[in-house]
Amino acid sequence: MSKKTYIQAITDALRLELGSDEKTLVFGEDVGKNGGVFRATDGLQAEFGEDRVFDTPLAESGIGGLSIGLALEGFRPVPEIQFLGFIFETLDSIAGQMSRERFRTGGTRHMPITIRSPYGGGTHTPEMHADSLEGYLAQIPGLRVVTPSNPYDAKGLLISSIRNNDPVFFLENLKLYRSMKADIPDEAYTVPLDKAAIVREGTDISLIAYSAQVNQSLKVAEKLEKEGISVEVVDLRTLSPLDETTILNSVKKTGRAVAIQEAQRQAGIAANVASLIAEKGALYLSAPVGRVYAPDTVYPFGLAEDDWLPAEDEIEAKTREILNY
Amino acid sequence: MDNEQPIVDFSAIRDALGNDFKPVQVIDGQAKVVKPEIVSKYSNDQLVDFLKLMIWERTLHQRSNALTRQGRLGFYAPTEGQEASEMGSNAAMKDTDVLMPAYRDIPQLIQHGLPVYKAFLWSRGHVLGNEYPESLNAMPPQIIIGAQYIQAAGVALGIKKNGTEDKVAYTYTGDGGTSQGDFYEGMNFAGAFQAPAVFIVQNNGYAISVPRRKQTAAKTLAQKAVAAGIPSIQVDGMDFLAVYEVTKAAREYAAAGNGPVMIETLTYRFGPHTNAGDDPKRYRTKDEEQPWFDNDPLIRYRKYLTDQGVWSEDLENEYVEQVKADIKAAVKQADDAPKQKMTEFLKNVFEEQPQNIQQQITEYQAKESK
Repeated sequence: MSKKTYIQAITDALRLELGSDEKTLVFGEDVGKNGGVFRATDGLQAEFGEDRVFDTPLAESGIGGLSIGLALEGFRPVPEIQFLGFIFETLDSIAGQMSRERFRTGGTRHMPITIRSPYGGGTHTPEMHADSLEGYLAQIPGLRVVTPSNPYDAKGLLISSIRNNDPVFFLENLKLYRSMKADIPDEAYTVPLDKAAIVREGTDISLIAYSAQVNQSLKVAEKLEKEGISVEVVDLRTLSPLDETTILNSVKKTGRAVAIQEAQRQAGIAANVASLIAEKGALYLSAPVGRVYAPDTVYPFGLAEDDWLPAEDEIEAKTREILNY
Repeated sequence: MDNEQPIVDFSAIRDALGNDFKPVQVIDGQAKVVKPEIVSKYSNDQLVDFLKLMIWERTLHQRSNALTRQGRLGFYAPTEGQEASEMGSNAAMKDTDVLMPAYRDIPQLIQHGLPVYKAFLWSRGHVLGNEYPESLNAMPPQIIIGAQYIQAAGVALGIKKNGTEDKVAYTYTGDGGTSQGDFYEGMNFAGAFQAPAVFIVQNNGYAISVPRRKQTAAKTLAQKAVAAGIPSIQVDGMDFLAVYEVTKAAREYAAAGNGPVMIETLTYRFGPHTNAGDDPKRYRTKDEEQPWFDNDPLIRYRKYLTDQGVWSEDLENEYVEQVKADIKAAVKQADDAPKQKMTEFLKNVFEEQPQNIQQQITEYQAKESK
């Protein structure tokens, strides 16, 4: 066991997978000598050589297409898209190509690609660097969208993603990169894909969240516990496809749910969670499903960011509202 | 001050751009041998085989056209006029090379190993048409213009990383495709990685209705490779031997580890963009078309080999009948393909089924068993 930050856990996973499978390749903009703009790939080129860990020309569509070609030649590409806001440049390679290849070829070809990309607000980045675009990605059949909320899951989910024979979009939360530390095993381990986690058990209400919002939800749960309210927190971990069983079982137990996301109201995962509960769990409910989200504007300018992002007090207020409905 | 010479003469620079690209030709439109030293490398039997490739493609086109009109094929992009460009380039490749085709490159795919009936199933929208054996080094036809170029760069880099000897990735696009970002990104990536890729641009004059001159201010499309730092050439795309020889040289250069190459073939799409309602009369004139029809790649090779006494109308008719019989058998085989099932589709979305897929497989199994 070692104490690792969220980003160190990611580097750890990359190092272990590069070490255990020579077909694994890590590449992208600045990931080589520079070790990535956030240092997620720090030291990997020195350890595994330029053939395995390499810089690409600055073109996101190129990085996506390159991954597809490399996969066809038997490699296991782990490309980095430097910021999630840059995926629009490469959306065809993701939505139009890699996520369709297994289907398109009747299962005769596959794309074991894991695209890593940082996202999430609160660090005052320039425009198009922090947007929560997972809602777009979640609409793509054949693509898994995965995001960890803590260092343990970051390592285990990334290893699972890399080993998976289908494309995974792996979202890394910018704000969590260095703000979270935890003791995690030194050796390789996996955390299952397609499986949500009950990160805190409770009986009165289910807060269903992912990424940084899990940690905010846990804080709300702790606060409400002092008032005798028992809050369950569900960490989705895989955003698409959803682990319906875990969500529905939680709601069945508590009878109340709040779906939480950092993205705008119109853009998202929380809507999928709410519609799932409406479709398959409506009769468990004692109150409507609550939702916490950002307003339906374009991601705002840096100094306004903190007002825009859903904060802990908004989660708390919505939780109380649904509890008292 | 008004008469002062500017430090740079941009007009002169512009006028010089692309001037160093001169199309390679071996046998001209009048069947006159321009480069006897190339023609003499081949026996008459080999030259007849080359002509047969073009006749095969023309016959495949004619049958596909007819079958589309009868509603027996679905999507079809006519290839008439591009036989020298398509067969000449493809014949220079090896079966072990990886072909990344677009939707007008079906003839190359078939020559590369795709059974004709599978090509027909692809046209109809049947997944069996895309189920390639491991031994077929190709991907199904790309629909998104230019996407195959950047994927080809990835395949080429994979070949290099695997250390595979004597193997290249090759890919096609059209004149319109050269306006796409992926076209440039593909060449630039392959150049930066010095990966063994052969990029072929079939300049057939039109991107659906938009003429080549409206795509770019560049005098040639070949010069677009210059910016990526990779060698390129223009070739008479109606001249089989010219395309073949140039592509063979490009392949050898790339396979030897020198990095990628780009080839622009100057050809013409005799027919419409696709058989789904495009009418060339809306955007081009008879006066423009006729010289290109006269420049038909089959005419010059047919004439040359007839003059040599090794080809005749009878031989051609006999061969065409044989090709037609093969195509008829392929249509029959395509007709025998089983109906596609939603459960099979669902099983090919992921290797390990997530809950939504599992649930939907169960739902559709119930429907399909009724």
